[in-house]
Amino acid sequence: MTDTTWDPSKPILEIENLSISFFTRMREIPAVMDFSCTVMAGEAMGLVGESGCGKSTVALAVMRDLGKNGRIVGGSIKFKGRDLTHMNDEELRHIRGSEIAMIYQEPMASLNPAMKIGAQLAEVPMIHQGMSKDEAWALARQIVADVRLPDPDRMLQSYPHQLSGGQQQRIVIAMALMSKPALLILDEPTTALDVTVEAGIVDLVKDLGHKYGTSMLFISHNLGLILDVCDRLCVMYSGEAVETGNVVEVFDKMRHPYTQALFRSIPLPGADKNSHPLVAIPGNFPLPHERPKGCNFGPRCDYFQDGRCNAADVPMFPVPGDDRHATRCIKWTEIDWDAPMALKASKEKTPIGKVVLKMEDLKKYYSVSSGAFGSGTAKVVKANETLSFEAREGETLAIVGESGCGKSTFAKVLMGLETATSGSILLFDENVQSTPIQQRNTDTVSSVQMVFQNPFDTLNPSMNVGRQIIRALEIFKQGGSDEERHARMLELLDLVKLPRAFAERMPRQLSGGQKQRVGIARAFAGGAKVVVADEPVSALDVSVQAAVTDLLMDIQRENKTTLLFISHDLSIVRYLSDRVMVMYLGHVVEMGTTDQVFQPPYHPYTEALLSAVPIADTKVIRKRIVLDGDIPSAMNPPPGCPFQTRCRWKSQVPGGLCDREMPPVQVLEGGHQVKCHLSAEVLASMEPVIKIAAE
Amino acid sequence: MLKFVARRLGVMVLTALALTFVVFYLTNLPPNLEKLARTEGSVRMTDQAVASWIENNGHGGSVFGRYAQWLGIAPGWVLTDDKGVTRGRCIQNNQDPATAATYCGVLQGEWGFSTVFKKPVLESVLQKLGSTGWLMMWVMIVMVPVSLIMGVLSGMREGSRLDRSLSIVAIATTATPEYVSGVILVAIFASATAGISPILHDWGWISGKTLFLGTATSAMDNITFWNFALPVLTIALYGIGYIARMTRASMTEVMTQQYIRTARLKGVRFRTVVMRHALRNALIAPFTVIMLQFPWLLNGVVITEALFNYKGFGWTLVQAAGNNDIDLLLGCSVVAVLVVLVTQLISDIGYVFLNPRIRLA
Repeated sequence: MTDTTWDPSKPILEIENLSISFFTRMREIPAVMDFSCTVMAGEAMGLVGESGCGKSTVALAVMRDLGKNGRIVGGSIKFKGRDLTHMNDEELRHIRGSEIAMIYQEPMASLNPAMKIGAQLAEVPMIHQGMSKDEAWALARQIVADVRLPDPDRMLQSYPHQLSGGQQQRIVIAMALMSKPALLILDEPTTALDVTVEAGIVDLVKDLGHKYGTSMLFISHNLGLILDVCDRLCVMYSGEAVETGNVVEVFDKMRHPYTQALFRSIPLPGADKNSHPLVAIPGNFPLPHERPKGCNFGPRCDYFQDGRCNAADVPMFPVPGDDRHATRCIKWTEIDWDAPMALKASKEKTPIGKVVLKMEDLKKYYSVSSGAFGSGTAKVVKANETLSFEAREGETLAIVGESGCGKSTFAKVLMGLETATSGSILLFDENVQSTPIQQRNTDTVSSVQMVFQNPFDTLNPSMNVGRQIIRALEIFKQGGSDEERHARMLELLDLVKLPRAFAERMPRQLSGGQKQRVGIARAFAGGAKVVVADEPVSALDVSVQAAVTDLLMDIQRENKTTLLFISHDLSIVRYLSDRVMVMYLGHVVEMGTTDQVFQPPYHPYTEALLSAVPIADTKVIRKRIVLDGDIPSAMNPPPGCPFQTRCRWKSQVPGGLCDREMPPVQVLEGGHQVKCHLSAEVLASMEPVIKIAAE
Repeated sequence: MLKFVARRLGVMVLTALALTFVVFYLTNLPPNLEKLARTEGSVRMTDQAVASWIENNGHGGSVFGRYAQWLGIAPGWVLTDDKGVTRGRCIQNNQDPATAATYCGVLQGEWGFSTVFKKPVLESVLQKLGSTGWLMMWVMIVMVPVSLIMGVLSGMREGSRLDRSLSIVAIATTATPEYVSGVILVAIFASATAGISPILHDWGWISGKTLFLGTATSAMDNITFWNFALPVLTIALYGIGYIARMTRASMTEVMTQQYIRTARLKGVRFRTVVMRHALRNALIAPFTVIMLQFPWLLNGVVITEALFNYKGFGWTLVQAAGNNDIDLLLGCSVVAVLVVLVTQLISDIGYVFLNPRIRLA
């Protein structure tokens, strides 16, 4: 169904001065204002921005699926020269799925749970090309093979819940490709997936883009991914495009203060918590109905000039000399863009003190029954296997691994929410491995605290912030009277750099970063000595992430807290941790100082993990190592080395040792531990995954 | 699958035992037996005579023992009185005690003798169950499709005018009890003096006095549209509103799911989105509710059966309870328990077919 009048040298998608508003009973909320962008044939366009900036709204507007309340109030969206904004439902239906297809953030939710994969795939050509059922299934089989899924016939007969997250996302991609669309919209396609799976999906999307010549609109908050996938990008802030241009030009020669601030707040290689701390963007994202006059970024901008920046709406200024590079900054010609960033006072490294936490041979097994109604033989899930390490006062120990590697189980055992199957946990020379949290005394409980991943769910929605902190103080038996506790609560708010007035606020009035600060204040209410931070910033936007990590570091410096930082994000781990522990299927596969782990020799899994993390720096050259397959189920781990099914170094080990024996822990130079069969020579011959090109 | 059904059947047997024991215990409480003695024997019996009557008619001893006898897993009682006449649970009138069976309980098909209807319990229960079965079947035939269509239509576009009007109908019908809607229906369609029947009669459109019959007694022998429509409608109306509301809630939830958006953005026609993508997911919750309607119908038809004078299961239950007919009450409860358990088993198995995420082991 190609429109014959369309000339392939013209843009596939042309959005001009698009404005979208949502209408509520109270008011009209403008979500996107004056947004323009152009996607040429075969081009990949990235849309970057923090949550709430309107990037997904743009995508849905292209699909004309804004729901009941959303409406396009101005501008045009031209697809192959035809204006989508004036199409009726019948015309739109012919374009959706056949010429424009979309890939979504959560693959599980976007597949119909009660329909077989094959039926969901075959439906597309049956609707649009009027293909027969058999032909459509045959095509589905071919496309499923194209997205590199094993055993396509079985896949087609499966239901979505029988596949892993990565496989589901490949099916969603296959569904989008069924009728060879001209434009593919990808809305955060890998956010819900693990990094190694993400790397596979990104490779696939790039290859398929080349193979089918599909244009892409790639929405992401991850600048590194955009660099990997896209040719051009458009940075959005508060409903407006603030900078647009070629990816390399924007990354290297940014001409908008927001883009610059964004890059300074993400941990790139070279950033360091002590000598080169991250610079968080001050202030908060403006709410859609509280946007300032003039430049939206004005109140948070270092270059703000009263009377100019807030005088009138700022238009886009083209940057001459570059390829369609434009910026929405009135002062862009005046700012010295090459000036090095004002260095925040670099901080002293915290001295590392005595051992406060020691784990030896910790094991945690769960027994589960396999049947849905309790039948079948009970199986044992080995969530943690022989975990041994120690953590010292004032130290940050990062625990890294993908979902299902046992890092959260470990945190639960340490906190006392679960008891260990065997092994010992020594906390301040006290054995706590078999004491559940109900039986721990107040001192122990208050000295080991946790900061949770999702700040949106961890605060009681019907209790104000001050009351929640005071409640924690009461439980930890802090302060003798209500007045004392109130005073202490205000001090805690100061500690996490929240205004004291926030004590009266309800959680729903707080932003994500502010809620996480309350979570941190609560954790430190009892003077915690050991804090387990379980992915504390992964639910937050990048600019807020920097501020929250900084805060954690500051508190650590002041209180000499031991921080166990559980994360899957290696960039942030590299930035803030002293020592790193890499876990895979319940085993610690590598442990050492941050430098040891991030430099060769690596454990093969660490190597793959490092290569999978996208880095938003054009000067970094990464070696691509894409792991095949999925993480094996912990219920049914492979024999021998847990990583052997996906390891690319397996052939270097003679005699099939990896298939048979659990590798021993090799202690390398400087106490660096690697659980691998590879010989010392092979390990020494490894090359670094990340290289920074010479300037 | 077979293993699952076998295990569920095992659980069902245990549940049935527990439930029937509760009913047995309650119907065999001492005051009940006393009342039985006075109705069977003489109203002016002395307390002593009552006690000996209870003892002599096998109602003495522990409640467990009597329950086992009733069930047929313990030998029935046998007593020889002063006159040398041997009587027993299993001994019919004028039967030689030597030829009588040792066990005679529910398991042997001996459900006892109804004191109200003066015939064996099993026979009268089965007969009444048949009558109610017809009523239930027609109610289901009317209720299920109508309510599902109403629910799906109103749930597919939440907040639309169609949704609002259907919701009003559903709420109104479910808020009207059967004894109100039954009376209203009779007044409108089956009264010779009120409603539309006199008008139709005047115009000569109907030959009889009323359009529909106000009583369903004739339906026990021969079901026709004219004698059966009103009782069926009375029961169905109440259930229609209820199931339609459930279906609507389930449907509106499904329509907001992301996979519905996926389907829409694949270019699927709205009708096909509803039929192929939403319907099966939306039917999971109402299906359970529909299966729960069977036991409700069995016991909930009491009022309607009384109103339309239709002698079915509900009517029998009322008679049994009102006349302290212990064996009949127990028989009714056995049937009710079985119906509940069987429909729940069907509901669980059907659930698996609707929802592929649930597996049976």
